[in-house]
Amino acid sequence: MTWAAVLSLAAGTYLIRLSGLLLRGRVNVPARVERYLDLGATALLLALVAASTFTQDGGFAGWARPVGVVVGAVAAWLKVPFVLVVILAAGTTALLRLVGVA
Amino acid sequence: MRSSDRTEGDFRADARDALALAVAVGVVGVSFGALAAAAGVPTPLTVAMSLLVFAGGAQFLAVAVVAAGGSPVAAVAGALLLNVRHLPFGLAIAGVVGDRWPAKVLGAHILIDESVAFSRARGSGGRARRAYWTSGLLLFTFWNCGAALGVLAGSAVPDPGVFGVDAAFPAALLALLLPSLRQADARRVGIAAAVIAVATTPFLAPGLPVLAGLLGLGTTGKLPRPRKAA
Repeated sequence: MTWAAVLSLAAGTYLIRLSGLLLRGRVNVPARVERYLDLGATALLLALVAASTFTQDGGFAGWARPVGVVVGAVAAWLKVPFVLVVILAAGTTALLRLVGVA
Repeated sequence: MRSSDRTEGDFRADARDALALAVAVGVVGVSFGALAAAAGVPTPLTVAMSLLVFAGGAQFLAVAVVAAGGSPVAAVAGALLLNVRHLPFGLAIAGVVGDRWPAKVLGAHILIDESVAFSRARGSGGRARRAYWTSGLLLFTFWNCGAALGVLAGSAVPDPGVFGVDAAFPAALLALLLPSLRQADARRVGIAAAVIAVATTPFLAPGLPVLAGLLGLGTTGKLPRPRKAA
């Protein structure tokens, strides 16, 4: 890792983030397109949830993690407070790993 | 009086929720610092990276590529690909971050998956704006303190998988997304996106499967009708 690499990664990441914010401010977007942008964010976030639940380094992540996520999801569905959702998900996965489930 | 009491209560509840996630982020930050130190990244570089990049996945990927003998150019390119999703996120929540340019210039740096999900779960008004800034700044603080701590602790840091934090993030994001999934078109788009992302993971470079999830928008057929803001 070099300073040049870190600084270009930082600059690139920042520009990606800023350009979305600035582009949106410049263009007057019709309500339909706005809804589409909102659905796009939902699509990306759920894609991220699914990928980070089931996959690791291009393969299956093992069972401990998805089971923990499902426990957290059910808790959220049952309107359990958010803090507990996080603890239940992590706790379930940690417990499964403790007993030898990958 | 009463409405300001309620606002205060909302703010406290939102800050408490953001803090729960920030603690998990801090744990991952510790493991990042330890891993970077183990990979031989100099301490100032690790600290600068966490402060200036502030994107967990991209930082892990960049360090892993270099540690595996890849070139810094490949590391930067791969990590940036992972961050491309932040552009459409910015398009979607620009109105929440701030109206004037100083807010956007500062707010851009704390635009991450979690702050986006947090603010979207709080609608689109003043509460959403406070949720964005509160969660973003808390996560930034915990991530960087964690990374610095990890560098110091080095090999004494256990694998964060032992604590199950890798399950905490998807579960938290999902919990934040649930309200928006009450709408049928959002549900269709989301399920399609999830399936596409998982199905394409074995074949695509990191970052691309999540972007491919945008194809899930195809399930809406035509441009959707506007809905009332939540």
